[in-house]
Amino acid sequence: MIVNEQVAVDHGLKKDEYAKICELLKRTPNITELGIFSAMWNEHCSYKSSRLHLKKLPTKGKKVIQGPGENAGVIDIEDNDAIVFKIESHNHPSFIEPYQGAATGVGGIMRDVFTMGARPIANLNSIHFGSPQHKKTKNLLRGVVHGIGGYGNCMGVPTIAGQTSFDSSYNGNILVNAMTLGLVKKDKIFYSKAAGLNKPVIYVGSKTGRDGIHGASMASASFDEKIEEKKPTVQVGDPFTEKLLLEACLELMAGDSIIAIQDMGAAGLTSSSIEMASKGNLGIEINLNKVPCRETKMTPYEIMLSESQERMLIVLENGNEEQAKKIFDKWNLDFAVIGKTTKSKKIELYFDEEKVADIPVNTLVENSPMYDRKWKKAKLPKKNKIKKEDIKHLKIIDVLKKILTNPNVCSKEWIWQQYDHTVMGDTIQKPGGDAGVVRVHGTDKAVAASVDSSAVYCWAHPLTGGKQVVCESFRNLISVGAKPIAITNCLNFGSPENEENMGEFVECVQGIGEASEYLKFPVVSGNVSFYNQTKDEGIKPTPAIGGVGLIKNYKNMITMDFKEIDNLVLIIGKTEGHIDQSLFARNILDEKNGPPPEVNLFNEKNNGETLLKLIDNNLIKSAHDVSLGGIITAVAKMCIKGKKGINIKKPKYLINEIEYFFAEDQSRYIIEINKKDFKKVADILHKNAVHFDELGTINKNELYINDKTKVTIDELSTSNKSWLTNYMSK
Amino acid sequence: MKSSVITFPGSNCDRDMDVALKKFGFKNKMVWHADAELPKSDLVVLPGGFSYGDYLRCGSMASKSKIMQSVINFANSGGMVMGICNGFQILVETGLVPGVLLRNKYLEFICKNVFVKINDKKNKYFKNVDNEVLEFHIAHNEGNYFCTNDQLKEIEDNNQIAINYCDKNGKIEDQFNPNGSLKNIAGIFNKEKNVLGMMPHPERMIDTSLSGEDGSLFFKNLINNLK
Repeated sequence: MIVNEQVAVDHGLKKDEYAKICELLKRTPNITELGIFSAMWNEHCSYKSSRLHLKKLPTKGKKVIQGPGENAGVIDIEDNDAIVFKIESHNHPSFIEPYQGAATGVGGIMRDVFTMGARPIANLNSIHFGSPQHKKTKNLLRGVVHGIGGYGNCMGVPTIAGQTSFDSSYNGNILVNAMTLGLVKKDKIFYSKAAGLNKPVIYVGSKTGRDGIHGASMASASFDEKIEEKKPTVQVGDPFTEKLLLEACLELMAGDSIIAIQDMGAAGLTSSSIEMASKGNLGIEINLNKVPCRETKMTPYEIMLSESQERMLIVLENGNEEQAKKIFDKWNLDFAVIGKTTKSKKIELYFDEEKVADIPVNTLVENSPMYDRKWKKAKLPKKNKIKKEDIKHLKIIDVLKKILTNPNVCSKEWIWQQYDHTVMGDTIQKPGGDAGVVRVHGTDKAVAASVDSSAVYCWAHPLTGGKQVVCESFRNLISVGAKPIAITNCLNFGSPENEENMGEFVECVQGIGEASEYLKFPVVSGNVSFYNQTKDEGIKPTPAIGGVGLIKNYKNMITMDFKEIDNLVLIIGKTEGHIDQSLFARNILDEKNGPPPEVNLFNEKNNGETLLKLIDNNLIKSAHDVSLGGIITAVAKMCIKGKKGINIKKPKYLINEIEYFFAEDQSRYIIEINKKDFKKVADILHKNAVHFDELGTINKNELYINDKTKVTIDELSTSNKSWLTNYMSK
Repeated sequence: MKSSVITFPGSNCDRDMDVALKKFGFKNKMVWHADAELPKSDLVVLPGGFSYGDYLRCGSMASKSKIMQSVINFANSGGMVMGICNGFQILVETGLVPGVLLRNKYLEFICKNVFVKINDKKNKYFKNVDNEVLEFHIAHNEGNYFCTNDQLKEIEDNNQIAINYCDKNGKIEDQFNPNGSLKNIAGIFNKEKNVLGMMPHPERMIDTSLSGEDGSLFFKNLINNLK
């Protein structure tokens, strides 16, 4: 095939990018080379629109062992233990083929983690669908949940937490973000940097097929009406092979023969080999005839661009090939020496004794395009004033019941019951709480993780929204008694070529940066997904934040269920009555304008750290952060979980009841304490200048407000649990 | 007491079982599926997971693996063999216990706590358990027990049903059946009651921080019965 500008454009490259390739090579690339460039220079692999802005994120900290740039981030959890973690998107494929798209998303992120030598110990996910009324939503949701379960369950890794939301902006572009945590010894972490000359380059895992060719390019473009035709670009997963690959890799890693290892994810053999060469400042030579293929007559172009799953590339110390092969034979996996490291600093590919590609590595990596895209700064919207006549007819209990059945608040049990969340025998906090918690096997330590996003806030004001998501993650970890350590982010946005979408990206990243800097909650890994867009319609900006924290003694973990009758319930943090962009405003008043709640980073840090002090002093019986739906929703969930009621007395505030109960002011927690501890708790809160209100007392099974209105917890529980089950069984 | 846990390609509860057995006093050995010989054992466990990726039929390929001939011989000579979840699926494929395990009634994987009623205590697995009802944990996609009418009659005549899904008071009704199993069957024995296959995972219920502690009760009792 003759390569020209049109062929390059068909590969998703821009005309000037093609000109740059010809200039760098000082010739016209052949088709295999063009394929390689298109795979490396697309948005998904090159981060060409985002790199400039991602550089501003804080990535360092006392506990950070490895920040962004490797397969995953690594943090120190003491005693020579470390946690490897990352979140990644698989949005585009999941919309085209929900089961395989979601399954391979989970498989891909687990591979990123065990590539570094860590055994995966927990999975999480953040999934977002269109309006429940949209004709595709139900099938997409079912397919994605089955896909996530199908892969994670088979791998034997518990799925311990997640987030699901519905919003019409995802009608044409759902989001599927998968996160994995792995456990590794600090001195046994593996990296992707190749080193040494003439070292064997080894291919292990599944055979290469024609699936997923150009998957990364597909994920770097908007959708249109012909999207169904893209089905062949979706990879097909085989969790069984991945389980074998995991065990085989960990077995090989127990020795010291590996110099570098990299999984074949997006852009397959192309990006894995180039990444290893680039990091090691070396060249790699590959004989493509040696690559194990599943199908006959595969061309070099297809072999290099296939995104077949469950494959790894390893640079081995010379002389260890036989020993390593034995391990992969035992697990019935392919093992092939396909090339070697060279000093050429080039990628040189041979096929049928002919050289089919010859590209300097730096042209693919350092010289890849980087754009300073135009972007528009968002204005802070004007506040709405709630009119008395709009709310005077509303009864708090009725509104609460409505909110509890809202698709974004209702119980997601239908989803997480389909995920094995207890395998490995260390899950001590299951899905449905503020964060999932797993013990570090055989120790007193536990790791907490949560994944959060607040697309509505980010859409209303990206800078505030960006900050808020990081704070929410911080809060969720603290609510279970964990000290927050670091985050990973999955940045889901529309087209970077649209100034408004690009502005949303830039300002959300700025917000994330500011909050993570202030809270000492650095970003150690992440992924950007642009072009979540169908024709001109983009999603609401949805940065998802995966937070990880440590509980030193798992017996001190906190859960959100109310524990004991007559215990006292307090709210930490001040309630100002911010209603704009709250679930109440958007769904009950149908008011979609206005700014999101303000984020005060000082209060966030101070309130959170003070709560951790209370937990350290064994003064907290249960805790839950206040988020969607405000105080009353948070309290109702604690009642439902604990099968207990509460007598609420609204404090004498200037704001009215509706504002008090449904406002979504930030940095607040509900806590349960024993009455006899009140003075101790109050002293600690006062000493640390943390505002708190007394909210009420726990009772047997009813929610009372000011001794007047009441509802049974059973009734609230039924409303909360039934929506999703009913929706899916209709 | 000596135990052996078989690891098949795709097993993923083998380590959890190892942890549980050791916690309650077994000297456990992990045995590779391609080995021919079983080490000397008082109990052999086929663990949960997705042996051979559940390809063909759950448990069918594992039932033909090399070690299984030794396991079958061991069982036929009266040795204690317990299959949990995928292990149960493997057992039905070998024919050591009757019946089959179909896909769950609602076609979805289920991971949750359930109650089971002990149907028979004249066996080494449940002898001396004080409780009538245990809270166990299930996590499976194919746990819907089924057999022919003739088989069922035989199973019932021989009292081979080990445990049934029920509510916390031991009431065995359709609404407490999580997967559509015939007669709410959660576990069955072979005729001699030295082989037990069951869907619930007692190894996931072995300390207060986990889903519950009835697994501890089960293992403590089991090792005492074997002594």
